[in-house]
Amino acid sequence: MSEKIFEPWNDPNEKPLIQFQNVTKRFGDFVAIDNQSFDIYAQEFFALLGPSGCGKTTLMRMLAGFEAPTTGEILLAGQNMAPIPPNKRAVNMMFQSYALFPHLSVWENIAFGLKRDKMPKPEIEARVDEMLKLTRLEQFAKRKPHQISGGQRQRVALARSLAKAPKLLLLDEPLGALDAKLRQDTQFELMDIQEKTGTTFVIVTHDQEEAMTVASRVAVMDHGHIVQADTPARIYEMPNSVYVADFIGDVTILKGTASPRDGGYDIHFAEGQPALHAKSDIELSKGAACYLAIRPEKIAISADKPEGVANAVQGKILDIAYLGNISTYHVELPTGQVIKTQTANTRRLSRRSFTWEDQVWLSWTDTAGVLLAG
Amino acid sequence: MRRASLILIPYLWLLALFLVPFLIVFKISLSDTALSIPPYRPQLDFATGWQEIRDFFGHLDFENFTFLTTDDLYWKAYISSLQIAFFSTIFTLLVGYPIAYGMANAPDHWRPTLMMLVILPFWTSFLIRVYSWIGILSNEGYLNQLLLSIGLISEPLHILNTNTAVYIGIVYTYLPFMILPIYSALERLDTSLLEAAEDLGCSRLTAFWLVTVPLSKNGIIAGCFLVFIPALGEFVIPSLLGGSKTLMIGKVLWEEFFNNRDWPVASAVAVILLLILIVPIILFQRNEQKQREADG
Ligand SMILES: Nc1ncnc2c1ncn2[C@@H]1O[C@H](COP(=O)(O)OP(=O)(O)OP(=O)(O)O)[C@@H](O)[C@H]1O
Ligand SMILES: [Mg+2]
Repeated sequence: MSEKIFEPWNDPNEKPLIQFQNVTKRFGDFVAIDNQSFDIYAQEFFALLGPSGCGKTTLMRMLAGFEAPTTGEILLAGQNMAPIPPNKRAVNMMFQSYALFPHLSVWENIAFGLKRDKMPKPEIEARVDEMLKLTRLEQFAKRKPHQISGGQRQRVALARSLAKAPKLLLLDEPLGALDAKLRQDTQFELMDIQEKTGTTFVIVTHDQEEAMTVASRVAVMDHGHIVQADTPARIYEMPNSVYVADFIGDVTILKGTASPRDGGYDIHFAEGQPALHAKSDIELSKGAACYLAIRPEKIAISADKPEGVANAVQGKILDIAYLGNISTYHVELPTGQVIKTQTANTRRLSRRSFTWEDQVWLSWTDTAGVLLAG
Repeated sequence: MRRASLILIPYLWLLALFLVPFLIVFKISLSDTALSIPPYRPQLDFATGWQEIRDFFGHLDFENFTFLTTDDLYWKAYISSLQIAFFSTIFTLLVGYPIAYGMANAPDHWRPTLMMLVILPFWTSFLIRVYSWIGILSNEGYLNQLLLSIGLISEPLHILNTNTAVYIGIVYTYLPFMILPIYSALERLDTSLLEAAEDLGCSRLTAFWLVTVPLSKNGIIAGCFLVFIPALGEFVIPSLLGGSKTLMIGKVLWEEFFNNRDWPVASAVAVILLLILIVPIILFQRNEQKQREADG
């Protein structure tokens, strides 16, 4: 089976659905979005990830039309959106607070947007029923929002924003209030809906696992900037900065100076420690400051010094965290740095091979770590 | 035990302040006028023994109520009062809603001041405020002086001592009762609901009709009852601002009591007024109850 890989951002012939062109948004003196340009393509599931206050909601509100960019332009299908009021945009937003109309039933909430379009009655009914079915809310159609659970309310909000089959759907922390299980179910439901309807999704989330699960691309934001926008795998394996590496997942970051060797660099990171070696394409002059970011699952732990590996360091176990499927070890080097490593707990009830204060060896290959300029 | 006494206190309160006076008035309405002090008979005198008390009940009858149906003054006064109360409630709503809306949408730091301005008139005597309207509305009053001086009219408008003056007086007096409940409903309105409505294709105006108005409905209903109920029995405003043609039941009541000294008929008028008011009062309580349920 040769399935076409969905990567419109790599295709120069593809026209983006949304284009941010040098968009800046200021509130008074405060710069919420700082001169950002990026594209979102049709049928993407674009996730915005970043710390609180970095400007995610502001981006969404500009797309929905509740805020206007201070400078720059936002284009939807090539057309400047600035003069179009929110009620005329083919964009629907699912609010973080759901913003369900408390005086209307679930059914009427979902039908609200359709009625505004002056759709004929039988069509509205068919569409609402379809939405109720999709979000598994059939038996709650007659209830008011305060008579259903939080998770059901969230699905009503989703159904309501989906009902008009918008070109673009904005979801602001849509799963924030759900428990882990329901959250996961809903994530898969969302991806399902996205596949069935072909709508373009932009989703804001605080939960990076969620972003990794649902998104075609993840944009990591910081202080009004998109630091990196890429596929979940590339964001995780090839972060373009220490900020992204540190923000996504668990990581050990070692600071050092680089000297070129064998299509890579030796990294001198501490007095009295052997230099580490990492393959890398980046351009660093000899003696330049650099960072090596290594994911814990890429580091092996052993009692004896492993042979024939690119990197091996010795240290003592400072801390062990048992997480069920895996255990994380914090290993302290004699020079004070702490390196995190993970092992899978493949056997049930086996005795742990290592315990606190044990001297252990950590090893990894020369492609395991990502070298970043300092 | 403690709970029982806690419940008992409000009931005793109601009994002392509402039920007992009502029963006294009701009893007077069943009596006959007499040239005595107080001006009605029979009087209940517990010293005279069992037989007298039986006689006392034998003397009570409904003839005053029958009398009310024979003179069309009374039912005309009731109808006219209902009419004036109804229309002034509508006018108060039309004036009060925009004010409440403006207050709810004012910047945060302005709201306490605006609230203060709404409540401020309560700090001066109601009677003085109504009197001052005479100074504004009379033929030589400020309003006519102003309109004449800017040349909008050539003859002074005759407003004082007409029903118009009564409407103005009622709207002015009861406006805060309309504004406050509507304001409290609008203030709680989540602005993201309006954004959601716009997002789903409403214009600002449709969003107002489909979201703001229904969600302030309980405030509107509460405000209307708070104006309608006291306006129906209003006496001071029609007697100070109204003319000889202004017929309101409060005024009739006053005249029966103090001009005719016919306490029994006056009491009968009051009892009927209360019966008329019970309907809106019960509806008002229902509305409050529903609101509490929706909130809780
Ligand atoms: N109307 C406003 N007036 C002034 N400042 C604002 C306004 N709206 C947002 N901001 C500021 O802009 C910045 C970005 O806000 P935004 O709501 O986009 O953050 P966010 O990334 O969505 O955060 P969170 O994850 O906490 O929701 C914040 O520092 C916020 O204080
Ligand atoms: Mg936000």
